[in-house]
Amino acid sequence: MKRRVLTTILAIAIAGPAIADKAIESAIKARQGQMQIYQHNLGILGAMAKGTVDYDAAAAAAAANNIKAAASLDAMSMWPQGSDMDSVEGTRAKAEIWTTFPAIAENGMAMSNAADVMAAAAGTDLTALQGAMGALGGACSSCHKAYRGRR
Amino acid sequence: MARIFRYLGLLGLAGLAAFYMITMPRSVDEARFDGLTGDSGRGASVFHASGCASCHTAPKVEFSDTPILTGGQSFPSDFGTFLAPNISPSAEHGIGTWSVLDFANAVQRGVSPGGKHYYPVFPYTAYAQMSEQDIVDLKAFIDTLPASDIPNQPHQVGFPFNIRRTLGGWKLLFAGKDWVLQDAATPELIRGRYLVEAQAHCAECHTPRNPLGGLDRSNWLAGSVLPGEGKVPGITPKELDWAPEDVAYYLESGFTPEFDSAGGAMTHVVENMGQLTPEDRNAIAAYLQVFK
Repeated sequence: MKRRVLTTILAIAIAGPAIADKAIESAIKARQGQMQIYQHNLGILGAMAKGTVDYDAAAAAAAANNIKAAASLDAMSMWPQGSDMDSVEGTRAKAEIWTTFPAIAENGMAMSNAADVMAAAAGTDLTALQGAMGALGGACSSCHKAYRGRR
Repeated sequence: MARIFRYLGLLGLAGLAAFYMITMPRSVDEARFDGLTGDSGRGASVFHASGCASCHTAPKVEFSDTPILTGGQSFPSDFGTFLAPNISPSAEHGIGTWSVLDFANAVQRGVSPGGKHYYPVFPYTAYAQMSEQDIVDLKAFIDTLPASDIPNQPHQVGFPFNIRRTLGGWKLLFAGKDWVLQDAATPELIRGRYLVEAQAHCAECHTPRNPLGGLDRSNWLAGSVLPGEGKVPGITPKELDWAPEDVAYYLESGFTPEFDSAGGAMTHVVENMGQLTPEDRNAIAAYLQVFK
């Protein structure tokens, strides 16, 4: 019995990232979906900021409000222990998220603030939208800098 | 028999002399810097374009207009782990006592004021192409930054790479090269070439290296793998299908065309590139387009 336990532990240690169990997989999918919502709506705002699409106050406001709504989700259940890139496949979340917790909460606050600023600015005019874009990008990057690994 | 030994002895001596000559640290031509005065305001732009703070601030420090260049970040490589030194204006622990020539020799020749070779983890092979005025302005700006009294940590490099003299041979092979883009046809391309090749040193991470650690210039900016960092993407149009406007916007905002955001070490680069003028970011994008 003892030997079997040891072998199992050894096998896990050697195997490296494993296929995630259902609960972990679901959490990873959920948070990636949240990122997808950010990305889609940022694309709408970014196209206007870049000038590839004409500014449309209503569309910009809707996109910014979506980002604000996504940023206000309680994310705790989407980031369970053991859902880092060293433990399971299909994620680039570094283990530092959990080993340095709650440091990442500060980045979350910055994201939420930047989303609020964008929600207030996007429907005003193009200059306001462009001005709010930098802080929002910075908020995305601040997390990705420290906590996202490479492909 | 004795004659053979004498012959071999002479050959050995000649070899030692050749090694000595080849590996001798070489200095910049002093006359190049005669009569130049530094402008710290212009130097700030050189500083950001050249990405000095990305490596020389303490680990995990946020971007600042007036960074403290404490050093201490570590850079793993196939030859050992290098620790960035303190280059703040501290007289004791930084570069506060350096003359303009000391500074130029370090930045453009990879040679310390004491006449020792620096490891090429410090991108002096790129900075060698910088103009004299930019070097002088850069020093003027660094002189205005806060001093840090944190002492340098030794590199963790094993034999034979810990013999700095061997770097003279490395430099003979890989330093002192001309521009990669030989004919830059427009002022924008000339500017882009200067930013990419002389200042921002994009190739240091984005170009693959040969077994001796020299850049593979035939695969310029075609992507690489960095120890401790992982895969670094290629950034020429062959590997990266982005419009020039997309490249410029990425450097400004950190957003990819798909509105993913920059991560890892590239976030430092975006912070630096965000300080440049829109024209400079466009010039970088135009330069990359040439490598179709």
